[in-house]
Amino acid sequence: MKPALRAIYTIWYREFIRFIRERSRIIGMIGQPLLYLLIVGQGISAAMGFRGVPAAVPVNYVQFMYPGILAMSVLFTSIFSGVSIIWDREFGFLKEVLVAPVPRWAIALGKALGGSTVALIQASIMLLLAPLIKVSLTPVTILKLLGILFLISLGLTFLGIAIASRMSTMEGFQMFMNFLVMPMFFLSGAMFPMTNLPGWMNFLMKLDPLTYGVDALRRLIYAGTDPRALQYLVHYSLGFDVAVVIALALLLGFLGSLSFSRQE
Amino acid sequence: MALIIVQDLSKRFNDLTAVDGVTFNVEEGEIFGFLGPNGAGKSTTIKILCTLLKPTSGQVTLAGFDVARQPDAVRRAIGLVFQDNSLDDRLTAEENLRFHGLLYGLSRATIKERIDEVLAMVDLAARRRDIVRTFSGGMRRRLEIARGFLHHPRVLFLDEPTVGLDPQTRSAIWQHIHRLRREKNITIFMTTHYMDEAENCDRIAIIDHGRIQALDTPDNLKRRLGGDVVTIITVDDTRLQEEIAARYDVKVIKDEEGLRLQVEDGAAFIPRVAADFRGQINSIHLRRPTLDDVFLSLTGRAIRDDRVSSTELMRLNRRHGRRRQH
Repeated sequence: MKPALRAIYTIWYREFIRFIRERSRIIGMIGQPLLYLLIVGQGISAAMGFRGVPAAVPVNYVQFMYPGILAMSVLFTSIFSGVSIIWDREFGFLKEVLVAPVPRWAIALGKALGGSTVALIQASIMLLLAPLIKVSLTPVTILKLLGILFLISLGLTFLGIAIASRMSTMEGFQMFMNFLVMPMFFLSGAMFPMTNLPGWMNFLMKLDPLTYGVDALRRLIYAGTDPRALQYLVHYSLGFDVAVVIALALLLGFLGSLSFSRQE
Repeated sequence: MALIIVQDLSKRFNDLTAVDGVTFNVEEGEIFGFLGPNGAGKSTTIKILCTLLKPTSGQVTLAGFDVARQPDAVRRAIGLVFQDNSLDDRLTAEENLRFHGLLYGLSRATIKERIDEVLAMVDLAARRRDIVRTFSGGMRRRLEIARGFLHHPRVLFLDEPTVGLDPQTRSAIWQHIHRLRREKNITIFMTTHYMDEAENCDRIAIIDHGRIQALDTPDNLKRRLGGDVVTIITVDDTRLQEEIAARYDVKVIKDEEGLRLQVEDGAAFIPRVAADFRGQINSIHLRRPTLDDVFLSLTGRAIRDDRVSSTELMRLNRRHGRRRQH
């Protein structure tokens, strides 16, 4: 096997084994999106209703939120996987990997693929819950969704890697969560549509790359819905969304590999 | 045959010169020790030899490869045991070894065979399926040594291999290192600041302020010092330091233990000094020179374990903040 391939495989395999072994992490990563979907979603939909959608169109708030929650679970899991490099550094394992006769970009890519695999396992569990909120998905749709989620996840894990490579301690992590990850989630259109919003917020949402990921997921899930309803749900074409998501994965992949290779 | 050739190696970090024009060779099959206090340039040198740092100037050849220009070839030829833990403690002993084998491009069959071999060598065969988190410090260190050897490197680098371990574990680790050298003819390059451990080396380079102060076998280094070490505890160290120095024309060092001097024949010297300074001497001790004395005479400072342990504590405390330093 070529050095790059064996590094990618080894690091990916390690991520996978570590994930399987940490039961609390598995429970946590399924619990959080469920909490949003069932409690936050039900609560908001009971309090507000879903304004703007013609009464004849059968999409309720929880259903609207569902693609956003898929994106959210992938967002958090991927970022955490990438940032876990800080732990690897803290507990020493990173050194063992950095002195191995393999290219560093391959280590970063292995890490990103590992993070994406974990994120996709989580997303698959969320997809299994679709009937619970009366969303029906065909196998083809599920495959398309997983494809988009994979691209989002790959980019975001690389983002975590890029940040962790420049961050020497855990102290900066909270700030990073508050000022980057949470805004990315809230501004992605996961929780509310991009309509009737103040101009500045609309502008920020357009800057948030996750917006296009959420938009793509929502379009795929509700492709068969009445076009009158669809215009309230999605804002861009699928082609545009996918192009942004791919561009993001490539850009962050490049940045993440570069930062990782340059550390120490 | 020289396996490692270091020529006029220097490394500067901004204003600080960590390694300052160091030249030495390491022969195939020897245990070569780098001895010096913390901050002397040991770890910087080892990092350059292991391709983790680029030298500012000078040249290092390891197993025929240039460390700055052929890092991957050098990396395949060396095994590393770091000062701090570098195992994945969520994985089993066997998994840690398997991942190492995969990263170093060994075939699955070879990996299987070598895991059996190295685990037996460090007496961890019974714990192979246990998660590393449950291992003691000594077991982890043994596993790291086993892992460093898994790809059969020509040189095994051990950076302070026994720091923080209890005396029994330290001696067990040394048995494993000697066995590795004896059975596999592997070259061992190690750093330490424990004087008693340096005695295990075939040759020692004493390094201070980024320069090699002396390089020889432990016996030769001690012999070079000559004679015996006499420690005198007096009623007034400051006054007698000068008087003894003047009377016998020797260098007298004053420290917390008393006055220390080196003489050709200690047994003959003791009655003389006792008679000459009657009533002013509380006790006299005589011993053969140790590497500690060698170090003291070369650098004017002691590296004793007590002083070192406080630095170690500091290092432990600061560890969180300075992970990314070199």
